[in-house]
Amino acid sequence: MSEHSAQVAHQFDDATQQYEASTLGMWAFLITEIMFFGGLFAGFFVYILGHAAAFAEGSRHLDLALGTVNTLVLLGSSLTMALAVRGAQRGDRRGQVLFLVLTIILGVAFLGIKGLEYAHKFEQHLVPGPLFRMEGPHAQSAQLFFSFYFAMTGVHALHMIVGVGLLAWLLVNALRGRYSAEYFTPVEVSGLYWHFVDVVWIFLFPTLYLVARHV
Amino acid sequence: MWPQVTQALRLVPEQASTVAGQVDALFLFLVAITVFFTGLIFLLVVVFALKYRRRSDDERPKAIHGSLVLEAFWTVVPLGIALAIFVWGTYLYYVISRPPAAAMEIYVVGKQWMWKLQHPTGQREINELHVPVNRPVRLTMTSEDVIHSFYVPAFRIKADVVPGKYTSTWFEATKTGEYHLFCAEYCGTSHAVMGGRIVVMEPAEYERWLTGGASAESLPAAGEALFARLACNTCHKSDGSGRGPSLVGKFGKTERLASGETVVVDESYVRESILNPQAKITTGYPPIMPTFKGLVTEDQLLQLIAYIKSLKMDGQAKP
Amino acid sequence: MSDAPHEPRQHYLNCDYSVRSWLLTTDHKRIGILYLVSISAFFVLGGVMAGLLRLELLTPHGDLVQAETYNKFFTMHGITMIFFFLIPSIPAVLGNFLVPIMIGARDLAFPKINLLSWYVYTLGAAFTVVAMVTGGVDTGWTFYTPYSSTYANTNVILTALGVFITGFSSILTGLNFVVTIHKMRAPGLTWFRLPLFIWAHYATALIMLLGTPVVAITILLVALERGLGIGIFDPAIGGDPVLFQHLFWFYSHPAVYIMILPSMGVMSELVACFSRKRVFGYAFVAGSSMAIAVLGFLVWGHHMFVSSQSMYAGIIFSLLSFLVAIPSAVKVFNWTATMYKGSISLQTPMLYAFGFVGLFTIGGLTGLFLATLAVDVHVHDTYFVVAHFHYIMVGGAIMGFLGGLHFWWPKITGRMYPDAWGRLAAVILFVGFNMTFFPQFVLGFLGMPRRYHVYPPEFQMLNVLSTAGAVILGLGYVLPALYLAWSIFKGKPAGDNPWGATGLEWHTPSPPPTFNFEQTPVVREEAYAYDSQLEGHRV
Repeated sequence: MSEHSAQVAHQFDDATQQYEASTLGMWAFLITEIMFFGGLFAGFFVYILGHAAAFAEGSRHLDLALGTVNTLVLLGSSLTMALAVRGAQRGDRRGQVLFLVLTIILGVAFLGIKGLEYAHKFEQHLVPGPLFRMEGPHAQSAQLFFSFYFAMTGVHALHMIVGVGLLAWLLVNALRGRYSAEYFTPVEVSGLYWHFVDVVWIFLFPTLYLVARHV
Repeated sequence: MWPQVTQALRLVPEQASTVAGQVDALFLFLVAITVFFTGLIFLLVVVFALKYRRRSDDERPKAIHGSLVLEAFWTVVPLGIALAIFVWGTYLYYVISRPPAAAMEIYVVGKQWMWKLQHPTGQREINELHVPVNRPVRLTMTSEDVIHSFYVPAFRIKADVVPGKYTSTWFEATKTGEYHLFCAEYCGTSHAVMGGRIVVMEPAEYERWLTGGASAESLPAAGEALFARLACNTCHKSDGSGRGPSLVGKFGKTERLASGETVVVDESYVRESILNPQAKITTGYPPIMPTFKGLVTEDQLLQLIAYIKSLKMDGQAKP
Repeated sequence: MSDAPHEPRQHYLNCDYSVRSWLLTTDHKRIGILYLVSISAFFVLGGVMAGLLRLELLTPHGDLVQAETYNKFFTMHGITMIFFFLIPSIPAVLGNFLVPIMIGARDLAFPKINLLSWYVYTLGAAFTVVAMVTGGVDTGWTFYTPYSSTYANTNVILTALGVFITGFSSILTGLNFVVTIHKMRAPGLTWFRLPLFIWAHYATALIMLLGTPVVAITILLVALERGLGIGIFDPAIGGDPVLFQHLFWFYSHPAVYIMILPSMGVMSELVACFSRKRVFGYAFVAGSSMAIAVLGFLVWGHHMFVSSQSMYAGIIFSLLSFLVAIPSAVKVFNWTATMYKGSISLQTPMLYAFGFVGLFTIGGLTGLFLATLAVDVHVHDTYFVVAHFHYIMVGGAIMGFLGGLHFWWPKITGRMYPDAWGRLAAVILFVGFNMTFFPQFVLGFLGMPRRYHVYPPEFQMLNVLSTAGAVILGLGYVLPALYLAWSIFKGKPAGDNPWGATGLEWHTPSPPPTFNFEQTPVVREEAYAYDSQLEGHRV
């Protein structure tokens, strides 16, 4: 049973138009995010062409185990997010809350593991800048690899933090019974965002942890 | 006749190189196209505005939706003109980008805020370049700091000068005289005064200029001395018996790298191999060459390159 | 009618006069006005910078300001005019105001995001203004590395952050337009019945969405390199300073289409109304906007022909640059053909339209000079380029903006301005503009590089001519500021449709009610259906 009927904002003719506009809006926003990350990927691929050995060396210093765990964590969180959206669509308040909480936990876990990786890099003097130190002949250009590593995973992590914030807001509203079959747009639209951030990681992980190793 | 007219009215700079006249001809064609189409549109707009001016408030002209024929016409015709200009410009650009084989080499280093130029015979100049007339000159250039651009309007040439790599351009001066050299890529506070002049002289006068002044070491000779001083010759022995490859006859050849790729031994490869030796190692040699980053200046790099270029198969350095 | 005292009609301006109602508005019309105030302020700032530049260039020597100060002036002129005036101008003022009304909607799809975009713009502007008053920035608006990332000693990071933030304002506006145009058209308003102003803004919005994020990340990388000492464009660790140029121009070339396409949309509306005829070749004009948006993303390398980019890349970019010129030419021909056998009225907006056609044609054709590889080698980074883009940006975009402002002013304010003053200003602007910028074509071909605060004495005469023109141009801009402001208080009340134009915006009162229409309109005919306008329809 829904608490109240869907609220249609004044600029929209009906709930359907509002729903369609909201989802189109999120897709349009996600396309801008593709271009945003795209610039970083483009720069990375331009450099790996000229610095293959250095990038391979840099990539070998990344923690493949932690990266793999994080990939599984994020994939899992996409599953729980999809289940949360389904819960909202069916007006299943318990389901929504459970899966939103699980997604938040997995998201925070991802960030925690990332933080751990960053701490390791700091200890190993692999943070680009005046304190960077690496053994071996490729040190000079490997710094470039690490600049991209931190820029790309850092921007991704920022997006994750925003995502977790969004989920927290959804959780509050879900607890208040705001979402039902008549009105679940915010959950669906946030789901799109969350899946997108996951997809970006699906590209980031092989690019930084796998591809660079095998050039 | 036309060049004299436009130069007298000071609408174009002097034409002092082999390509200047050709660039101006293309430019003139573009001006003609611009004048024609601007004039045409202007005329049509004025004529229509007068002929069809509103005479009463109740006028309701008949609708004309369009004409496929006209659309095709005014798409295809401009496209044709555009492609013609493109082909002409590309051909001329190809000429501008390809120096003739026997060009005289000049090395240029740009830095904030001056130009340093070196003749192969050793003369160094600051903000000035003396060259003989009617002789192709190839400039190999780099920057010590930010991006600059080497621009000589009278020759219609320009090329950016980029730190970390070599760029090049060429010209053949056709008129003696002095011509502006400008920096054409904003590079900081004194960008506007980072200029000078190109002095084009008769060949005999140029020879006199070369031998005048303090006698200077030729670039290859300076490079040879540096090669010894930095102990390059202990590994790169000319008979190939050292730990590194012999460099005799290597410049311009294609080498196979340890990674399997091939590379042409040009100025950029030599520079990279001195500053970042592990980046592209020739196959069959251990990765033990130390880096000379911080130990050689851009000028010294050019001397070493000039020396290596001069090593022909007989193992003797050419002046 | 009863004898009851006449109640003034309630509309979007008088419904609430409080400051709070303006600063927290979600009404797209009010947000358009907020933007109008902001961009006008920045136009004045950028214009003052330009005046100072031209003043310095009166003499070959650096006698007005020091080199570093001059360098800061041209940098700030460029940044202000591009990011804080031109890019928002028509979309954020006229687009915000008109897009919903023209398609028969009550507001944009996301009114709160619309307000957010103005606040984001203001925040970015604040960062940039702080950067300017606490020392300025001297990298040029193009921020080329490694000068900007390593060598400059000015407020690069602060300015970069300001531009980064403002970019999101552009993205949010574009997002709103795309969703609104797709989802909120009135019944009967199919795509090919849309006013060409809407097509132009749709194409512009696509560019805003796809291009802006790339410059955002690029400028963020420069800020990171500078602030944290990480090297991305640093040749010492194998970075490539030219990569910055690729990433920068990948946005900044499409950005110029963000600046001109909306103006072209205005042009279609003006030419149709003041010729009282349908736009000739409607589908081709609509399609050309989309073609420009697509092709515009493929030509960025034409800014880099002499940058050490490969010769073959240069050839491809040159070819594509010639191709992107064609749709613009098609528009100019179609507008001219619209006038054929029309009923031409020479009121102020139409004079601006004429100015646009002439100046944009010259500006666009001089673009061909720059697309031509061999010629560009000579004129790249000279005053030829400066003249070319000012012909398009000022002669094209700003003329379009002013024309549109004059056309829709009665709708926005409910008042008419004195047309005689409007026409006088338009003529003064046209004369002043040409006098300022035409000599710069000659200066450029003669070899005067740009961004020079001193120059060889033989260039002085043309520089003096240019500065004299700039004085006239400046005067020309002051006039509309004065009479438009005057008209708000003393102008004749305008009716719903003072121009007798077609378009849904003219079928609602001036100024419109808060929700635009009493009833959602139903559209039954094509745009610009002048020939089927009923006699006496004009109010």
